[in-house]
Amino acid sequence: MRVVCEATLCPETKIRQAAYECLVSISSTYYEKLAPYIQDIFNITAKAVREDEEPVALQAIEFWSSICDEEIDILEEYGGDFTGDSDIPCFYFIKQALPALVPMLLETLLKQEEDQDQDEGAWNIAMAGGTCLGLVARTVGDDIVQLVMQFIEDNITKPDWRHREAATYAFGSILEGPSPEKLTPLVNVALNFMLTALTKDPNNHVKDTTAWTLGRIFEFLHGSTLDTPIITQANCQQIVTVLLQSMKDVANVAEKACGALYFLAQGYEDVTPSSPLTPYFQEIVQALLTVTHREDAGESRLRTAAYETLNEVVRCSTDETSPMVLQLVPVIMTELHNTLEGQKLSSDEREKQGELQGLLCGCLQVIIQKLGSSEPTKYVFMQYADQIMGLFLRVFACRSATVHEEAMLAIGALAYATGPDFAKYMPEFYKYLEMGLQNFEEYQVCAVTVGVVGDICRALEDKILPYCDGIMTQLLKDLSSNQLHRSVKPPIFSSFGDIALAIGENFEKYLIYAMPMLQSAAELSAHTAVADDEMTEYTNSLRNGILEAYSGILQGFKNSPKTQLLIPYAPHILQFLDSMYMEKDMDDVVMKTAIGVLGDLADTLGSNAGSLIQQSLSCKDFLNECLSSDDHMIKESAEWAKLAISRAISV
Amino acid sequence: MAPPQDTRRPFKRLAISDQQRRRDISLQRQAQSRRDAQHQARCLASTVLSLQSQTTPEPVPDIELELVPETEESGAPSQDLDVRHAAKLKGAEARKWFAKQLMLPEWMIDVPDRLSDDWYVFARPAGKRCFVVSTNGTTVSRQRNGSILHRFPSALPNGAKKRDGSGPNQSYCILDCIFHELDQTYYVIDMVCWRGYSLYDCAAEFRFFWLNSKLGETGACDPPSFYHKYRFSAVPVYNCDQNGLFSAYSGAVPYVKDGLLFYNKHAHYQAGNTPLALVWKDQNCSQYVIDTDSKGQVPTQQQVVLELQDDGKLVTSDDPPVVFGGLDSDFIQKSGLCTGNLLRFAISDGGLSFVDGKLVKADLHYLEKPNRARAFADSFSKIMFQHTVRHCPLKIDDLLASIPSPDDQQNKPCDIDMVPISSMSGHSPINSAACRDTYRSKSSSLSALDFFLHLVWEFRCNCTTGKEYEA
Repeated sequence: MRVVCEATLCPETKIRQAAYECLVSISSTYYEKLAPYIQDIFNITAKAVREDEEPVALQAIEFWSSICDEEIDILEEYGGDFTGDSDIPCFYFIKQALPALVPMLLETLLKQEEDQDQDEGAWNIAMAGGTCLGLVARTVGDDIVQLVMQFIEDNITKPDWRHREAATYAFGSILEGPSPEKLTPLVNVALNFMLTALTKDPNNHVKDTTAWTLGRIFEFLHGSTLDTPIITQANCQQIVTVLLQSMKDVANVAEKACGALYFLAQGYEDVTPSSPLTPYFQEIVQALLTVTHREDAGESRLRTAAYETLNEVVRCSTDETSPMVLQLVPVIMTELHNTLEGQKLSSDEREKQGELQGLLCGCLQVIIQKLGSSEPTKYVFMQYADQIMGLFLRVFACRSATVHEEAMLAIGALAYATGPDFAKYMPEFYKYLEMGLQNFEEYQVCAVTVGVVGDICRALEDKILPYCDGIMTQLLKDLSSNQLHRSVKPPIFSSFGDIALAIGENFEKYLIYAMPMLQSAAELSAHTAVADDEMTEYTNSLRNGILEAYSGILQGFKNSPKTQLLIPYAPHILQFLDSMYMEKDMDDVVMKTAIGVLGDLADTLGSNAGSLIQQSLSCKDFLNECLSSDDHMIKESAEWAKLAISRAISV
Repeated sequence: MAPPQDTRRPFKRLAISDQQRRRDISLQRQAQSRRDAQHQARCLASTVLSLQSQTTPEPVPDIELELVPETEESGAPSQDLDVRHAAKLKGAEARKWFAKQLMLPEWMIDVPDRLSDDWYVFARPAGKRCFVVSTNGTTVSRQRNGSILHRFPSALPNGAKKRDGSGPNQSYCILDCIFHELDQTYYVIDMVCWRGYSLYDCAAEFRFFWLNSKLGETGACDPPSFYHKYRFSAVPVYNCDQNGLFSAYSGAVPYVKDGLLFYNKHAHYQAGNTPLALVWKDQNCSQYVIDTDSKGQVPTQQQVVLELQDDGKLVTSDDPPVVFGGLDSDFIQKSGLCTGNLLRFAISDGGLSFVDGKLVKADLHYLEKPNRARAFADSFSKIMFQHTVRHCPLKIDDLLASIPSPDDQQNKPCDIDMVPISSMSGHSPINSAACRDTYRSKSSSLSALDFFLHLVWEFRCNCTTGKEYEA
C-alpha cells in the first residue's frame, strides 16, 4: 500500500494514473483491509480531484465510486451488522468521509464541458463527480441531503449556466437513497421550479439536466407505494403539458423529456380503474409518434426513447383507454410495413432498418400483451392477428442468417394471446424458430427463442407434436454445444418440461435423449465447488430448469399407461432432490420447484415409486421443512406434495 | 498489475433498458404460464385425490351406503368424475355412474370403409355385458343399467382381501366384460382402467395390447379358487381382414357366440353409443338376431323402445336423440305417462318409410312400458338393424366382399375416415352424428339410406286412440 500511495505522487502522469487504477482495484478486492489507510487515501485523492490532470482525477473519483459500490453491496446484503454470518463488515468509510467528500464532489460538478450532452461518448470530471455523488447518496441515504441543499440553493438561480446546471444535477443525483419523508418536502418545492426551468431556461444543458431530474423525481418519488403523492390533480396537467412541450425541444432535451414521461406513466402502473393520465392519453401518444418522425430522431437515441415511452404508456394504461390502444395497432403495423418496402439497402441502412423494426416489433409486443390480457380487447385485437403475423414473418425474411430478437419476442406474446389458433402460422414460422434456436452467437436471440418454444407449447398443446422432432433435435444440440452461452441452458431444460406437458406421453421417444442430459446436468449442479455468488446463482437457475423439466415430464405422463417408462428414472430424481437438500444452498424458487417435483413423482408414479419415496430424505426432512416454510408458494407446493405422497405410499 | 480501467459509468440513463424490460416481462409471463400449466395439471390430480380420501372413510366401512343417495339427490354430476374415482363409488351413486359408462356399440347397418385397416373384429360371447371393478379387496360386476351382478373375490389387482396385501389400496381395475353363464366366466372385451391407470384416452389398439399382456399376469385367468370365484378370459381379437373376419365368424371359441363386434383401432374408450364400435349378427353366429319379446318369442312385428320427452316426442337413446314420433298431451295425461318414461311400441303394417334415404314416417303402435330394469331406449342403429334384418339383412358375404383382398389394398387411397377418429382426442364426447355422417356418406355397400338427424316428420300414431292401452 505504501508503494502504491507513493506512486500517486510520482511526477509522471501515466504512473500517477496507474497508481490510482491500482487503488481502485484494491478498493473492490481488499475493501476489508483498507481501514488503516483510508484517511491518507482521502487526502491524496482529494488533492488529485482538485488539482491533477483529468485522467488522474477521474481515477481518483472512481476510487470513491468503487468504495460506494462495495458498501452498497454489503449494506444490501447484510444490513451492515457485524454478525457472524457476514464475511465482510461495513466500515462506513463513505459515511465518515461525507463532510469532506460531498464538497469535493460538488466542486467537480461545476467543471462541465460545453455540449457534453450532445456527445454520446463524453466522460469528464463533472460527469464522474455527479455519478459518484449519486452513489454516495445511495450509500448514506438521508445524511447527504443537508450537505447538498446549501449548494443547490446557492447556485440554482445564478446567471452562469454552469452553476444552475450543477445545482440541478446535484439535486437529481441525490434523489435515490434518501427516504421519501426527507425528500418529498424538498421535491414539492422544487417541482414547480423545475417545470419552469424546463420551458424557460435559455441553456440547453440546464434543460437537459432539468428534464432528467424530473424523470428521477417521478422514478423515485411518484407511485402507489408512496404515502404522499407529489403529483396531484392540480399539477398533473401542467406536468404533462410541459413534458409534451419539451418533446419538441432539441433532441437531447426531448429524449430526457420522454424519459420523464416514461416514469410519470410508470408511477400510475397500478392505478385502476381510472388513471390520471387518461384525459391526456391521446395527446401523449400523438406527441410520441410525432417525435418518432422527427428528422433528428436518430440523435441522442431520441426515437428509441419515444418508442420506449410509448411502450410504458401502453403498459400502464387502464381499460378506459383500451379503444385507443387498439387504434394504435394499425398505426404501428403501417410503420412496420413501411420499413419492409425499402429495396437494395446499404449495410448502414440495413442496420437502421433492423433497429427501427426492433422498436416497432417491441411496441407491438407490448400492445399484444396489453390487449391480450383481457378477453374483450383480445377478441377485437384478434382481427389483426393474421396481418401482424404476416409482418413478423416478413421482418424475419429481411435477414438471411439471423432472426430478429424483437420479432421473436413479439411472436411469443402473439402465441400466448392466440392460443390453439396459432397452429395455422406454424408451417411458415417453424423455420425461423429453428433458426433462432441455432443462433449461438447472439445468445439472447437463442434464449428468447427458447422462451417462445414454451409459449407455443402452451398455445398449441398437442398440436405442436409434428414440430417436436425438429425442436427437440435443436434443443439437444444447443445443450451439447460449448459455443452457446451457458445462461441459455437452464431455460432449455425448462422448455423440455413445456414440451412434455404439451404432448404428454408422446414425449416417450425423447426420453432416451433428454433424461441422460438431465441426469448429467443434475450431477453437475450437485457437485459445483461453488465459491462465488454468480456460480451459486447459475447453479440454482440450472437446478430450476432441470426440475421444471422433470415436473413437466412427470405431469405429462400422468394417467398414461406409459408411465411405467419413467420408473427407472425415479431413483435418480430422488437422489437429486436429496442431494440438493443436503447441500442447503437452494434458493426459494428452487425449493418450491423441487418439492413440487417430489409431488409430481408421487402423483404420476403412484405406488410404483411409493417405497422409493419413503426411503428418501426428501419425503421426510425436506418435506417438513417446506411445510413449515414462510414462503406461501413453497408451502402450497409442499402441501400438495404431501397429499400426493400419502396416496402413493398408503398400503 | 491491474488491467487499465475505463471509469466510464452510465450517465443520465435508465437503469434498465426497455428492451431488457420487455425480455424480463416476457420471461415473467412465461414463468407464470408455466406455473399455471403445472398448477392445472396438479389441481386435476388434487381433485381426484381429495375425492378419494372423502369416499374411503376406513373405520366405518358400510355406512356410506346409506349416505350416498343424498349426494345423488343433491345433483352431484357424478358422470364427470374421473374414472379412477369411480372405482370407489358405492350404492346408488355407483349405479348411476356405471349406467352411463359402458361403451355401447352401434348396430352395423352399413359397412365402414377401411374395415381391414382400421378395425378389429371378434366374436361376442353370449351373456350379460358388465363392468367389473376390482378395488379395496373386492370385485364387483355391474350390468348395463348399473345394478350389481356379482360381488366376489378375484385375482384381479386388489380384487380380494387376502394374504400378503402386496397391492396398494389404490391399485384398482375396471374391465369391460361379458359374463358367460354356461362356463361361469367373465370374458374381458375391453380394459378401461388397470392398476389405477386410466386407459380411457388410449386407442383400442393399445387397450387390447395392454389387456392381453396384463390380464394373464394376475392369475385372473386361472381356474376358480377360494380367493378367485370366477375365471376371467380374454377373447381372440382379429384384424378385420378377410381371414380375420372369417376366423371370428366361424372359428371355434369356448363360448357361445352372440354376433361379431367391430372396434375401430384408433378410437378411445367412449361412454355411451359410438359408431366407432359396431355389432353385427346373423343366424349363424347368434341365437338372438331378431329381438324377442319378454316371453322369449320373436314377435310378428318389430318392437322398439323409445323414450318420452317432455314435449311429447318419442326419441332414441342416441346423443343427440333421433325423434321417431310423438304423443299428444291428452294421451300422455290419460295414461299417466311422464317425461323420461320408456315405452314399447310395435312397428305396424305401415312400417318405416323412407324418402331419399330419410326416414319420414314410422307407423308406431303403443304396447306397454317395458321391464323396469330397462335403462335405455333403443338406439337408432338398433332399430334400423332390426328393420333390415327383417327385410333385407346385411350378410356375412356382403361383409367379406366389402373387404378388399390384400392385392387391391395396395392401390387404395388411405386418406379417408381418419377425420372423425382423430377428432376424438381428450375427454370431449365426440359428436357421434358427425362421425356417422362422415363414414356413412363414404360407405357404399348396403344402404342407400343417408341419415340426417334433422328429419322432417309426418307422424301418424294410432295409439292416440288408446285402444290397446284400455285393453
